[in-house]
Amino acid sequence: MQWTKFANPSQLKHRHVLGMNERNIHFIGRYNQRHLYPLVDNKLLTKNIAEKAHLKAPELIGVITTQADIKVIHELVSNGDGFVLKPAQGSGGKGILVISSQEDGLFIKPSGGSLTATDIERHISNTIAGLFSLGGRSDAVIVERLIECDPLFNRYSFEGVPDIRVIVFKGYPVMAMVRLSTKESDGKANLHQGAVGVGLDLATGRALQAVQFDEVITHHPDTNAALNELQIPNWREILCLASQAYEMTQLGYLGTDIVIDAQDGPMVLELNARPGLAIQIANGLGLKQRLKHIEKLQQPFYYPTFEQRVDYAMNSLSALK
Amino acid sequence: MSSRTPFYFAIAALIVVGLFTSWNRHAQNGIPLLPDYDREVWEVEARIEFTALDRPVLASLALPETNQPGFRLIREASSSPDFGMTYQQTPYGRRAEWSKRTAVGEQTLFYRAQFLVDPTNQDLPPPVLPLAAPKLNLIGPERLAAESLKEAAFERSSNALSFGRELVKLLNDPNNQNRALLRSRYSQLNVLSTLLTETQISNRLVGVLSLEDGRRRQPIEGMLQLWTGAEWLLFDPSTQQFSALGQVLVWDASIGSLLDVNGGRSSRVSFSMISQDVTPTEAVASVNQASEPWNLSIHSLPLEQQAMFKTIMLIPVGALIVAFLRIMVGLKTSGTFMPILIAMAFVQTELKVGIIGLVVIVGVGLIIRGYLSRLNLLLVARISAVIIAVILMISSFAVLAYHLNLSQGLSITLFPMIILAWTIERMSILWEEDGWREVARQSAGSLFTAVIVYLAMTNDVIRYLSFNFIGLQLVILAFILMLGNYTGYRLSELTRFYPLGGKS
Repeated sequence: MQWTKFANPSQLKHRHVLGMNERNIHFIGRYNQRHLYPLVDNKLLTKNIAEKAHLKAPELIGVITTQADIKVIHELVSNGDGFVLKPAQGSGGKGILVISSQEDGLFIKPSGGSLTATDIERHISNTIAGLFSLGGRSDAVIVERLIECDPLFNRYSFEGVPDIRVIVFKGYPVMAMVRLSTKESDGKANLHQGAVGVGLDLATGRALQAVQFDEVITHHPDTNAALNELQIPNWREILCLASQAYEMTQLGYLGTDIVIDAQDGPMVLELNARPGLAIQIANGLGLKQRLKHIEKLQQPFYYPTFEQRVDYAMNSLSALK
Repeated sequence: MSSRTPFYFAIAALIVVGLFTSWNRHAQNGIPLLPDYDREVWEVEARIEFTALDRPVLASLALPETNQPGFRLIREASSSPDFGMTYQQTPYGRRAEWSKRTAVGEQTLFYRAQFLVDPTNQDLPPPVLPLAAPKLNLIGPERLAAESLKEAAFERSSNALSFGRELVKLLNDPNNQNRALLRSRYSQLNVLSTLLTETQISNRLVGVLSLEDGRRRQPIEGMLQLWTGAEWLLFDPSTQQFSALGQVLVWDASIGSLLDVNGGRSSRVSFSMISQDVTPTEAVASVNQASEPWNLSIHSLPLEQQAMFKTIMLIPVGALIVAFLRIMVGLKTSGTFMPILIAMAFVQTELKVGIIGLVVIVGVGLIIRGYLSRLNLLLVARISAVIIAVILMISSFAVLAYHLNLSQGLSITLFPMIILAWTIERMSILWEEDGWREVARQSAGSLFTAVIVYLAMTNDVIRYLSFNFIGLQLVILAFILMLGNYTGYRLSELTRFYPLGGKS
């Protein structure tokens, strides 16, 4: 980030860039009701409602809720496969531990680093004690099956599984990007840790442009794959999945994270009631124009179904640049 | 979406009411709009507490002289429900006496005095000898020791002041056996006073109050005053130096005790003080007004509470600054209002010592925390351990500072320890999750914010306005509400979104 370069605020406004303050007041404050937050802040609740809505989500291996149950983890993962530990109420990807495989009693991280059984237990203990939850509330640990990266993405991602972030406003997908992990981001898909963000065309799922650390790049820094050739398969299916999160949660301004499993296809990984603004940089495009467009849209008596909304987004919204 | 009009109306109303009440206070009570050091008044309150024993009660408190170098008493008052109260002029100075036929249980009496700072008021008549009989009656070997000390000091001195200095030197000499004999039984001040009096040098033992704005529960410190022939010099046992009177008020110049209570036990007296800027007539008016039952301003509270509010009223200023830096500038801090607490600690420790202390404590704390994380502990236990580590660190720094004669280092104890422990814990997690870059960025943001808040909190004009014109708090509230309504870009976003705004 170059601290010396300042954009002209009127220029940003002209480009419809949404700022943090306006996001908080006009979109999160206005369209997300506070009592609905637990649905997305608590991943266990998210899993429950996703199941009710028949949306695919990563398979749950088990839940650990008390310090006394920590040892149960060894039974849960005794088959020797990879797994993921998540705090039920973590935020911003904090406290997520990915184990890609097990070898001789050691747990191997995607980066190749290994953890002992004690390390795993300590991580679970910390999570239950509330280290990663907001305000230090006591928490639960979710154990999930490891998502297997679709081979299609192998060229584009270093270690981690790429995840597709779709901003869904009043049920309409308005902007999308895919986050590719890098060596620098330690296999994590967080942009501020150095993951690559690739803006996606709403109509086709093709790459628009890519950024790392807010700078435009053309090739993946580790695999050297040309990022402009990236094309997300089953694009309409993914948008449908994202847009159904609106019916599921009733949250008006929502970030939906979707992963594509090699066997089970697209599934909802996580929902976010306060999605970040970096997606604008990845797309090279401000969010506000599309949000205002949806806000002004005349709605019929019966609210459009998710399929109608996805079609509208693919046909009309994608043209708004 | 409800209309925003009532909200803007409320903001306008807050500003109007806030400015109006402030102006009213200026116009009605004559409080100047800006601090005016020519009219500085120290308001000092003595609070006497004792347990009455169901007998006739007589409490007597030594009072300060009405005229003393640099100060003039302009008004005094006492508040003591159901007690009879008189001012007594005794040969040894003025005293206030409270009396009551019978009283039971906890009793609290207040005496409040206002002193105008008057640097011109320096001329005081020389004292008449003898001021007092020698404090100690020394006989036998002690008399011999005293005589030999006096002789040694006399040999090496030329006037009253140098004689005093030589005596102090001798009384501090660990190899001097005469000194050892006297000091084993008597306090340094008593020995010094006795020897000076026996040499016909005017001196007196006094109870002194160090004037510091907003101090509460301050005790009287015993010191010695020495007449050089032209002026009073004050001997401070904590520095072992003779110096001219500074920011101190001589409260008790009597030979008797500071406080006598008959018919009660567990008596104690403590002092609170604040500095104000008003003219003497206005001061009188405000004191009169303060005693009216319908006066609901915080200026009608006892001084001890007023002194507390002087600090509390600065918190909104800090909150406004934090809100501004986060909403308009987009600065990242660790913990929203932690910088305010740190700034309040800085006010007590002074900036340089504060910053060094903070950096050292957090730095060492992070190292200790790094070790604790390997021990595989439960979270609550680990944070408790960090709290204890912080306390141990702070105490060892205080001891170290004391032995290195860095008196400022002692103020390190004023840091909010539990907040620091949490900060260390959070920083440590941040380090593991997001790397040292993020830790450095948030620490720098927090420290920067704390320094800005500190500068505001120590600014004389801001201190003066925030306490004397409570109405301005409503204006601050209005500004904070307006900030809460700001939907424009943050300064940091202008650089963050630079790639989006650069091309069109």
